[in-house]
Amino acid sequence: MISTGLLNYWIIVVLMMIGFYIVIAHGNLVKKIVGLNVFQVSVFLLYITMGKVEGGTAPILAEGIQAYSNPLPHVLILTAIVVGVATTSLGLALVVRIKDAYGTIEEDDIEKLENNE
Amino acid sequence: MISQHLPILQIVLPLLAAPVCIFIRHPKMVWIWSVVITWMCLPMSIELLVRVLDSGTIVYELGSWAAPWGIEYRVDTLNAFVLVIVSSISTVVMPFAHKTVEREIPANRIYLFYTMLLLCMTGLLGITITGDAFNLFVFLEISSLSTYVLISFGKDRRALTAAYRYLIMGTIGATFYIIGVGLMYMVTGSLNITDLANLVPAIADNRTIQAALGFLTVGLALKAALFPMHMWLPNAYAYAPSAVTVFLASTATKVAIYAFIRVVFTIFGDIDILAVLPVRSLLMSLAVVAIFAGSAVAIYQTDAKRLLAYSSVAQIGYIVLGVSFDSVAGVTAGIVHLFNHALIKGGLFMAIGATTYRIGSHKIEDMAGIGKRMPFTMAAFVAGGLSLIGMPLTAGFISKWYLIQAALEAGWWPLAVLVVLSSLLTVIYVWRIVEIAYFKPPPQDVKKLDPAPFSLLLPMWVLIGATIYFGIDATTTLHVASTAAKVLLLGGAP
Repeated sequence: MISTGLLNYWIIVVLMMIGFYIVIAHGNLVKKIVGLNVFQVSVFLLYITMGKVEGGTAPILAEGIQAYSNPLPHVLILTAIVVGVATTSLGLALVVRIKDAYGTIEEDDIEKLENNE
Repeated sequence: MISQHLPILQIVLPLLAAPVCIFIRHPKMVWIWSVVITWMCLPMSIELLVRVLDSGTIVYELGSWAAPWGIEYRVDTLNAFVLVIVSSISTVVMPFAHKTVEREIPANRIYLFYTMLLLCMTGLLGITITGDAFNLFVFLEISSLSTYVLISFGKDRRALTAAYRYLIMGTIGATFYIIGVGLMYMVTGSLNITDLANLVPAIADNRTIQAALGFLTVGLALKAALFPMHMWLPNAYAYAPSAVTVFLASTATKVAIYAFIRVVFTIFGDIDILAVLPVRSLLMSLAVVAIFAGSAVAIYQTDAKRLLAYSSVAQIGYIVLGVSFDSVAGVTAGIVHLFNHALIKGGLFMAIGATTYRIGSHKIEDMAGIGKRMPFTMAAFVAGGLSLIGMPLTAGFISKWYLIQAALEAGWWPLAVLVVLSSLLTVIYVWRIVEIAYFKPPPQDVKKLDPAPFSLLLPMWVLIGATIYFGIDATTTLHVASTAAKVLLLGGAP
């Protein structure tokens, strides 16, 4: 295993900011959900990275292996992934209903329609 | 035998009951089922509170796995109190929900509504009772996801966008929270809140821990709708079905504040984090801005539900202000107001829900003359409004009195003055509704209105009656709140 230093953490921060930026800057409701996903995935990576022990393998008892990676953060993030899937599907379902009700999924157009009500 | 498992029973009961709703399907039967379940939860949480007050903190290990490896539920005075708030509000919301939900939600979706309401309750109770930081996140998401669905049940199409915006903000908040938990886990290797409280003080100078505190604070503040992270709240409250608004306004933000108190005073308790970092002045100024900005914006609303929603933003400011004093008196005031505001806002939103039930609108202008047409409902609104302002003999007075006392005790008299001044703003926005309801004649061609159905009036008056009762005899609430504050700040036995 090649030591990667803090590279992972740099990637995580960059991903996190990209995701966050998409959520804030994009007016398209589906794109916002994509951004939210990128943002969440960066946190998954954060957990997975912190669980990794250098030179460690999967935590399965076997002869000749001394170092194991910490499985706990990986398990935790399995839960968070499930939550993420639920959030994404619910978000997309809402977008479908919004499209039905407003006829558009662009935030600016929706705001114009809302202000007229 | 079973009483030993009360802490987990409290959570498991609504959690298992929720999917059963889908099998029952029949709107009326589902409602009865949900009533039975929520009413079973209330005695449990009261029993827990009594037991905690008698004999101290109750620790329950899930599956007998000892902490810090296993997840433990730890009930002390504070969260037993919050449990009682959540389950008692659910208990009164359920009867209120029956008629309003029939009116506002298509019959073929009603069973889904109650499924979500039970899940939301599970999540909120879970956040309150758990002693594990990651488990808290899971419950946070259970309650949030069901809340998004509940809001989108609203009749107005703006409910959909409100739910969507809340979903985006709420998910960012929850994700910030897990970043914080992750950073703490990186340094300490523990997720158990009590264990963290022991480990964190020794490494409080660590930059990662401080970053974790920042993420946790921002994440939970988003959930609690602390100014300026309240943007999701007004529309979500305004367009959600009446019963949902009552439930959320009285419980959801309160539970988030509870979680915040937990982080600040338990995990970071031993190092007195509010005094070390500039957290206190930040919180205090945000709270004051929340009080004034929330009240000022509330004055200009044309929709009664939105008006009350902005008032909620202001009231959250009072709670956070009390907490930010970092003294037993201040935290007591914060916790008392947590309880009192749940009653007051629940009652007020129920009153608006009842008028909406009859006149089909929650615009203030449509409420002209409603004081004479629905006297019992509007009397409840006036009583609740007085309590919100902080008139003596109402619960709101008790909160403000103790808040001002706590401010004076610490020598921050300008804050005490600000609290009094802000009550004047409250007078203005409550008066706006009262004026139109009582002094503006109703339109000429209006037909006579029936009084609100009994199933709406009763829960409303139970909540309003409680605000008056706890305004006259506040010994119970004050005793519980001050015990909770002492446990939090001074540690030791409850």
